[in-house]
Amino acid sequence: MAGLMSGFGSFTHAVVRAVSQSLAKEALRTDSLEVDLLKAQEEHDEYVSVLKHRLGLEVVELPADEALPDCVFVEDAAVVCGDTALITRPGAESRRKETEAMKAALTELGLNIVEMTDESATLDGGDVLFTGREFFVGLSKRTNQRGAEILADAFKDYTVSTVPIQDRLHLKSFCSMAGPDLIAIGSSEAAQKALKIMQQMSDHKYDKLTLPDDLAANCVYMNLPGKGDVLLHCTPEEFPESAKVFEMLKDHMLIPVSNHEKVKVDGALTCCSVLINKKKNI
Amino acid sequence: MTTEVGSESNVKKEAEKAPEVQQQTNQPDKPDPASAEQTQEESPSTEAESGQEAAASPEPSSPPPAAGGQKKEKGISRFLPPWLKRQKSQSQDKPSESSVPPKQESVEAVKEEQEETSQPKEEADGGGAGTASTEQTEEVKEVREESTAEEVQPEEKETEEEKSIGSADTQPVREEKEGESEVKQEKEETTKEEEQVIPHEASVLSALKVNKKMKMVVCHVTLLDGSQFSCEVEKRAKGHYLFFQVCEQLNLLEKDYFGLSFKDNAEQRCWLDPTKEIKRQIRNSQWQFAFSVKFYPPDPSQLTEDITRYLLCLQLRQDIASGRLPCSFVTHALLGSYTLQAELGDHDPEEHRLDYISDFQFAPNQTKELEEKVVELHKSHRGMTPAQSDAQFLENAKKLSMYGVDLHHAKDSEGVDIMLGVCANGLLIYKDRLRINRFAWPKILKISYKRSNFYIKIRPGEAEQFESTVGFKLPNHRAAKRVWKVCVEHHTFFRLVSPEQPTKTKFLTLGSKFRYSGRTQAQTRQASTLIDRPTPYFQRTSSKRISRSLDGAPVVNVSDYSQAAGAGENGPALELSSDSKSPQVEVMEKPNADAATSISSETAFETDGAGAPERKDLDKTQEDVLKHQASISELKRSFMEATPDPRPSQWDKRLTGSPATSLRLQAQGVPQKTPPCPETDIRDASKSAEVKPEVNGQPEVIEVMEETVVIEEVIKAKPKSPAPEASFTAETECAAEVKEERSLSSDSESEEEAEYHAQPPSTSISTQQIKEEPEEEQEAVLTQQAPPSGVESQPITEAAEPGPAAEEEKAAQPHEKERTDEPLATPDEAPNGHALQAEAPPTLRTAAAEKEEPHIVNGSASRVETEHLPQVICYSEPPVVKTEMVTISDTFAAQKTEISTKEVPIVHTETKTITYEAAQLDGNGDGEPGVLMTAQTITSESLCTTTTTHITKTLKGGLSETRIEKRIVITGDSDIDHDQALAQAIKEAKEQHPDMSVTRVVVHKETELAEDED
Repeated sequence: MAGLMSGFGSFTHAVVRAVSQSLAKEALRTDSLEVDLLKAQEEHDEYVSVLKHRLGLEVVELPADEALPDCVFVEDAAVVCGDTALITRPGAESRRKETEAMKAALTELGLNIVEMTDESATLDGGDVLFTGREFFVGLSKRTNQRGAEILADAFKDYTVSTVPIQDRLHLKSFCSMAGPDLIAIGSSEAAQKALKIMQQMSDHKYDKLTLPDDLAANCVYMNLPGKGDVLLHCTPEEFPESAKVFEMLKDHMLIPVSNHEKVKVDGALTCCSVLINKKKNI
Repeated sequence: MTTEVGSESNVKKEAEKAPEVQQQTNQPDKPDPASAEQTQEESPSTEAESGQEAAASPEPSSPPPAAGGQKKEKGISRFLPPWLKRQKSQSQDKPSESSVPPKQESVEAVKEEQEETSQPKEEADGGGAGTASTEQTEEVKEVREESTAEEVQPEEKETEEEKSIGSADTQPVREEKEGESEVKQEKEETTKEEEQVIPHEASVLSALKVNKKMKMVVCHVTLLDGSQFSCEVEKRAKGHYLFFQVCEQLNLLEKDYFGLSFKDNAEQRCWLDPTKEIKRQIRNSQWQFAFSVKFYPPDPSQLTEDITRYLLCLQLRQDIASGRLPCSFVTHALLGSYTLQAELGDHDPEEHRLDYISDFQFAPNQTKELEEKVVELHKSHRGMTPAQSDAQFLENAKKLSMYGVDLHHAKDSEGVDIMLGVCANGLLIYKDRLRINRFAWPKILKISYKRSNFYIKIRPGEAEQFESTVGFKLPNHRAAKRVWKVCVEHHTFFRLVSPEQPTKTKFLTLGSKFRYSGRTQAQTRQASTLIDRPTPYFQRTSSKRISRSLDGAPVVNVSDYSQAAGAGENGPALELSSDSKSPQVEVMEKPNADAATSISSETAFETDGAGAPERKDLDKTQEDVLKHQASISELKRSFMEATPDPRPSQWDKRLTGSPATSLRLQAQGVPQKTPPCPETDIRDASKSAEVKPEVNGQPEVIEVMEETVVIEEVIKAKPKSPAPEASFTAETECAAEVKEERSLSSDSESEEEAEYHAQPPSTSISTQQIKEEPEEEQEAVLTQQAPPSGVESQPITEAAEPGPAAEEEKAAQPHEKERTDEPLATPDEAPNGHALQAEAPPTLRTAAAEKEEPHIVNGSASRVETEHLPQVICYSEPPVVKTEMVTISDTFAAQKTEISTKEVPIVHTETKTITYEAAQLDGNGDGEPGVLMTAQTITSESLCTTTTTHITKTLKGGLSETRIEKRIVITGDSDIDHDQALAQAIKEAKEQHPDMSVTRVVVHKETELAEDED
C-alpha cells in the first residue's frame, strides 16, 4: 500500500554533481580554511561510488560548473519528497543558478516540479529536515520564512515547523535523520536548543542519537531493499568519538565516508546528494 | 452516565438547600424525586408538599433520574461541597424507598403547579443567586434526559408510555425517542428499577402537561452526506435533545465524536451546547444546524463501528473538498480512489468511464489530471469492501498535518496574523502555513480569555524556572470565547479520563462556567466496547449509485474488517491510560477537587447578567461566609472525610501535567499519601515535583490585575494539632485551586472572561508560599481559628494584609536572605518545620510576632519563606513528592530568589480593600494576645494563586485557640477569573476547616494599569 508517509528512507535514485575546480578558492565558507581540491574530489568520488556501487542506487551525475563553486552541494538546490520536487531559491546569491541543472535532472526523472518563484523567498535544502512524518525548516541566514511557506505549500500533507537557527549555517549542520524516528543531533548548545524546539513542535516523539560533534551529526540514512538500514556517517579519523557512537547502531549497515575536505566549505554528507524514491510513488 | 445523572440531581439539591430551605418548598422546580425525598425527611410535617414537589420536579423533558441512591450520592458528592454533601446524603438514603409511593400519588395534583413554576424559572435569567439556581435546575433537566435515555429499561419505558398516554394525550416526543434509542443498549443497568420507574412516571406526566403549552419548532439539520433532516422540537429544548434525534436518525451510537453546529450572526460556526437551550444559543439565527465531527479521533481504527468511520469519512471528504484539510495532489488522488471504492465498489471498465467520477469532488480544485489519477488508483483497490476502503481512507487522512485541527484566526502579541489550531494533542500556532509553536496539553496550565484576548499559561520547561503566559488577540470577544471553549472541550475530551465536574458552588463567582460535559474519548471508547449489536446496515448516500456500490456484500465484509481493526480496543484500559496519561487512580480522586472548583465557576456564569460584578461577588461572599458558619458542623465532617482524597488527586493532577513525567509521578504518588502530616508531604511533593515558582510567571503576564482578598475564618472548636494540620493541607490545596479559578471581587463579568485550568486530573502543581508576598495581584487571606477551647485570635490576618503593596518592596530584601538561608536549610527543614510546628514554636508569643514566629517554628528554611519573600514551592503531585522532597528544597530556594526579582516590576494602580468580619467571635479577634504556642506558615501556590496559610495556636486562659490565617494571592493576568478563584479559595478553606469559622474576609484588590487595556 503506497500510502502517506510510508517507506521512509527508501530511495532508488540519487542526483549528485561533480566538484567544481573553483571550489577550493571560491566556494563559500564560514571559516577561511584551505581546501585541497584534489582530496576533495577524491572524497566526492568515493561518496558517489558508495551510492552507486555499494548501495546500488541509480546515480545521476551532473557536470560541474566552474561558475558555481558550490555546485557540488546539490542538496541545497532541491527538496524532494515523494514524487514532488521543490526547486529552491538558495539564500546565497552566487548559488542561485545551481538550481537550473537540478531542475532539469529532476524533471527528467519525472518528478512533479514546484518552483520557488517568489523573489522574497530563500531556502537552502540544507535547512530542511524531513523526518518521514514532518518537515523542520531552519530559519537561517540562507532560509527565510517565505521560503518555508512555499515549502509547506509544496508538501501540503506534512506539517512544516520552523526552527530558528543561530550560529550555524544550516539546520542540518548539526542534525539529520539516522533512522526512522531517530534524529542524530550534535552536542553543542545550538544543536540541543534546536532539538528542544523540534521536540516541542512535534506531535511525535523522536528518539535521538546524540553525537559529540555537531558536524558528525550529519549523516545519510537510507532503507534499501536487501540492505536494510544503511547509514553513511563520519569516519573515525575525523570524529573518533562520534564514530564510536555510530558504531553502537548494531542494526545499521554502517558506512564511514570521509568528508574531511568538503567540510571545510561547510559541506556535510547530506549536502552532496539529492535522494529520490521513484519506485512506487503512488 | 449514571453517575452524572446522580450528580446533577444533587446539584439541584444544593442549589435549593444551600440558599434557603424555604425556597425549596416554595420552588416547585425541584428536579428530582430525590430532592423531594430529602425535603420530606427534613420537614416531615410537610409531606404533602414534598410530594407535590416531587411530582413537579420532573421537568418536562426530564425523566426521573434512574440512578439508585448510591449512584446519586456519588454524583452528588462530586458536585456538592462537602458540607452540603453530608446533609443530603443522610437524608437521601432512607427516603428513596419509602417516599416513592407518595410521589406517585401526588404527581397529578402537582402537575399544575409545576407548569406554572416552570415559566418563572426561565424568566429569572437575570443575575444573582436566583438565577444561578435556575440554571442549575435546567442543567439537571438535561442530565436527566440523558440518563433516562440510557438507563431506562425497555420495560420501564413501556410503563411510562402507557401511563403517559392514559393521563395525558400528548406525550412528550423527546422521552420516547430518547428512551427508545438507547434503552436497548443499556438494559444491564437494571439496578433499582423500582425507584427509577416511579420517578419516570411522575416526570412523564408532568412533562406532558408542560409540553402541551410548549411551542414546537422545526429544526433543520444538514447531515454529513448533504441530506437534510428535519424534526420538531420544543422551543425550549436543549441541544442534546436535537442531537439525540439526529443520532437516532443516523443509527449512530458512537456519537461523542460528533456535534451540532450552527452559524451565528457573524457567520461563524458555533457548537451547540447540548446542555443548554437551543433557542438561547442560536439567538436570532435560523433553526438550521449541521451535524459534524467535533472531535476527530486520532486513530479512527479504534472506533468500534463502521458506521462511525463512515460518517467520519464523509466529514473528511467535506473537509478536503472545501480545502479545510489541505493535501497534496497525490493524497487527493489516493483518498479519492478510496472514496470511489467505498461508494462504487470495484472499478468496472464498462460501467466506469472517465466521467463516472464527475459527481465526486476530491479536491478544492479538481483537475482532469487528478481524476485520471483517482481512477487509476481506484483500479488498484479491487476487492476492497466499503468498510475497508473507508478504513484505508482514514488511515491516510489521519496522517495529514491538519487532520482534526480546528483553526481560528488570531494575532500574536505583536499583532502578527497567526492561526490558533486546537487539536487532540494541544494548541498549535501557525503563521501562514508554518507551524511556529505548539503547546501540548500537558504543557498548558491554564486557558483563559478576557474580552477579545485568549491566554494560555505555560508550564515551565525543564530548564525554565518560570511559567509564562502567552496571549493572543482574537477578532472579537466572541471569537476569544469560542476558542476558549473549543480548547476546554478538546482538552477534556482527549486528555482527561473523565470530564471535570461543572462548578456547583454559587460562591462568588464570575466568568464562564462552561465546561465540557460529555464523555471523554476514554469514556466513549469504553462505552463503545459495550456496543453489542449486529453491524448496522447503512446506505452510503453520498453517491447516487449507492445501490451499485454496495454490490456484493458490503455489510458482511465490513463487519469482518471492523473486527480486525477494532481488535485493539479490547484493552480499553491500556489505551486509556496511555492516551490520557492520567492514571486511573487519580481520576478517581479528581472528582472532589474538581467539584469544588467547578462550582464556583458556574455560579459566576449565572451571575453574569448583573451589571456590577464586583459588588455582587462581595455580597455573595458574605452570604457564603454566614452560611458556612452556620454549617460548621457539616464542614467538619466533610473536612474530615474530604481531605484525604482531594488533595492527592489535585496535586497529582497538576504535577502530572508535564507530559512525560506525569505517568511516572503518579505511579509513585499513590503510595505517597500520608495522612498524618499532610503539610509535610505537600511540601516535599511540591519541591520535588516542580520547583518552578508560579509566582514567577507573573512578571511576564501581560495584563495584571491585583486583587487581595483576605478572609479570616475563626472557629472556636477543637483546634488541636491534628485537626489544624489537616486543615492546612486542605487549605493549601484550596489555595491552589483558587488560583486557578479566580473568582471574587474582580471585574470579571461572566461572559467576558473565563478560565479553565488545563490540568488533567492527574496533574497538579501547587506551590506554597509564605505569607508576605507582594507580587501577586490578588491576595485573599482566610483566617480560620480553631481553638480547642479558647477564644483567642491573633492579629495575624491584619499583619499579613498590609503586605500587598509593601510586599514588593520587601521582596527585594528577602530574596537575598532566602538565597543564603535556603541552601542550608534545604532538604530537612522544609518537611520538618511544618510538621513539627507544634513543638518548636513556643518561643514566639506575641500575636504581632506572627510573621516571625512562623519562621522560627518552621526552621530556618521556613523562615526565609515566611519573610516577605514569596517563596514558591511548587507542589506538584503530593503523593510522589515524599521521596524527593529533600532534594527539592534547593530548587525551591532558587526559585524564590528569582521570583522576587521578577515580581518587583509590577506596578499597582488601583487598590481596594474590603473587609468582612463575622460577628461570631467577639473576643477572639485580634484583641487579646494569649500565649503563643505555635505558629506555622505554609505557602502553597497554584497556577494563578498563591496561598499562604498561617496557623497559630495560642493559649488563653487555659483555652487553646487555633487561628488560621490564609492569605490567598491571586495574581491577575487578565486571563484569570479572580472572583472565581477567590470564591473557590474561600470555599475550599471552609471545607477544609470545618471546625473553624470564618471570622473575617478581607478583600484587597489591586489593579495595575498596564498595557492590558484592550
